[in-house]
Amino acid sequence: MRIIKLKKGNLFPFLEIISEEADLWAPVKKGDKHIFKAVDDFSQIELGTTRTIIPPRKIFLPPTFNMFNVSEKGYNEDFSHITKKILFGIHPCDIHGLLTLDNFYKQAYMDPYYLEARANTLILGLSCWPDEYCFAKSTNTHTIEEGFDLFFTDLKDFFLVWIGSSQGDDLIRLKPELFDESLKDKDIQTYINWQAERDKAYKWDLNFTAMPDLIELKYGDPLWEKLGDACLACGSCTNVCPTCCCYNIMDKQFLGGKDGKIIRHWDACTLEEYSEVAGGENFRKKRSDRLKLWYTHKLQAFISKYGKPSCVGCGRCIVTCPVDINVRTVGKTLLGEEADAFWARLNKEVTK
Amino acid sequence: MNRENKQLTQANPFIPEPARIVRAYHLTEDVKFFQVRIVDMEKALSFKYHPGQFAMISVLGAGEAPFSISSTPSRPGLLEFCIRKAGTVTSALFRLKENDLIGFRGPYGNGFPVEKMRDKDILIVVGGLGTAPLRSVLLYCLDNRDQFRKVSLLNGAKRPAEMIFREEFFALKEREDLECYLAVDEDDTGTWTENIGVVTTLFPKLKEVDSSNTYALVCGPPVMYKFVIKEFVNLNIPKDQILMTLERRMKCGVGKCGHCAIDYIYTCLDGPVFTYWDVIHMRELI
Repeated sequence: MRIIKLKKGNLFPFLEIISEEADLWAPVKKGDKHIFKAVDDFSQIELGTTRTIIPPRKIFLPPTFNMFNVSEKGYNEDFSHITKKILFGIHPCDIHGLLTLDNFYKQAYMDPYYLEARANTLILGLSCWPDEYCFAKSTNTHTIEEGFDLFFTDLKDFFLVWIGSSQGDDLIRLKPELFDESLKDKDIQTYINWQAERDKAYKWDLNFTAMPDLIELKYGDPLWEKLGDACLACGSCTNVCPTCCCYNIMDKQFLGGKDGKIIRHWDACTLEEYSEVAGGENFRKKRSDRLKLWYTHKLQAFISKYGKPSCVGCGRCIVTCPVDINVRTVGKTLLGEEADAFWARLNKEVTK
Repeated sequence: MNRENKQLTQANPFIPEPARIVRAYHLTEDVKFFQVRIVDMEKALSFKYHPGQFAMISVLGAGEAPFSISSTPSRPGLLEFCIRKAGTVTSALFRLKENDLIGFRGPYGNGFPVEKMRDKDILIVVGGLGTAPLRSVLLYCLDNRDQFRKVSLLNGAKRPAEMIFREEFFALKEREDLECYLAVDEDDTGTWTENIGVVTTLFPKLKEVDSSNTYALVCGPPVMYKFVIKEFVNLNIPKDQILMTLERRMKCGVGKCGHCAIDYIYTCLDGPVFTYWDVIHMRELI
């Protein structure tokens, strides 16, 4: 893979040029957090973001979109929500999230909506620095070798730019004089040092290899009931997870009854009606059963099927869950580590 | 990496095929029988499926839901469904009349392993609306009678009026190449000539069961599985020859929406037919 250099000051001029090709999406500030948004004013772009509230999945599969316009003539596919986009500032863990979704949406039946959106979006990755919640090193998703068109590693005075695809190369060719093709030994050493420091900056880790067995061994453990008691079944963990992608379908019929739309919107397996069938039978009425499904799916089932967990270590569930149920607390509890503080609080606040 | 090339060579798997209701009539008070033909004649005649597979049926405005195909692939052209009025989609289906159009996608799921079941004894245990998927495999066995050894059928319903295809089953009792026993939990008519009691009370009637060469199939209300499987296990039928077909909420039928997920499997792709071994192995199945 070709690696070139970009001076810090040349980033915005570069973004300026490529944004003429497609809508540029990047992380910007919202309150004290960050979101991915289409940007015109590049000064809004936050290069030092840790994580956005919602993962970039929303750009490919919006919370609600129309799949079909239906008329007497039949079903017309609606791809109108899909536009050409360049997504800048996406971190390695989130790119891994997209690769996980790619695997999922390409197996058995292909999902045209996801794949079409994916084909219309260029990925310009950006390196990041972990905070106290990140654990991408445990999931081995802190580095990235594929899944991007360009990848920018921020080395203070300059970026090292990995060119990951022919489309990425086309972007560079729009104004090659902004880049410097010749890397010096000093630059390479700067990168090596940065990488070592970054790896050391991860503040905690989780043994994911142990998870499949532990979930199996502790399948009947009372810990699930306790977590179920504490869980608010709000679905937030699902909304913020880069690899969650369950959905529901809604028909919208127009007056007269002949025409309508078929709408697809996000769903969450932690919500009560998720597994309910007509007639009222609910296969997962208990919150503990639904939580168990969420964690079994991420930490065990995905490993059996794809050889890696469907957790990418972004830390969003940790910062989002109002009652502190997340991959960290559940994982640590399964391992029998550091569980005391969490359970003490849980016992105090919930099981009174 | 070149994503562009991997773009949509497949047709959109979510587009339903228009299908026409050829016949629709009540089987019981809340169960209706639908005979359906795909409008495109070429597609209707070339449509292939396995017994035990299901289809997604849609009514615009009401939505889409999964239904077992009750007809057998050995009688091509028409597709049959037994549908209980239970929710939005089924209520909308019940309002439709003969000649009305519905949306149809499928077939989906694994279906029964009829290839493996060849030259084996087949024991089918049905409870109530469990007839819907099992009628397909039963008719398949009867249409290809020489491919299977002994075929036995135990069918239970709550009351005589609720036994779906009652006349069909009484006619089967007359056949010599099939053992067929019927039961109702209670007889409110006073005219029931067959067994009274739950379906498991029919097991003692079975003549000699060659357990290691038997495939045992069950479908019925959730409460039934535990008791019927116990009988199968008592008969020493191997766990991977005990087959059941399961119901789950589904919004896509093609392994994408996530609603039917259990562990790492999707009921719509890896099921709806599972073995008893799968059930022990995966726990959440029944």
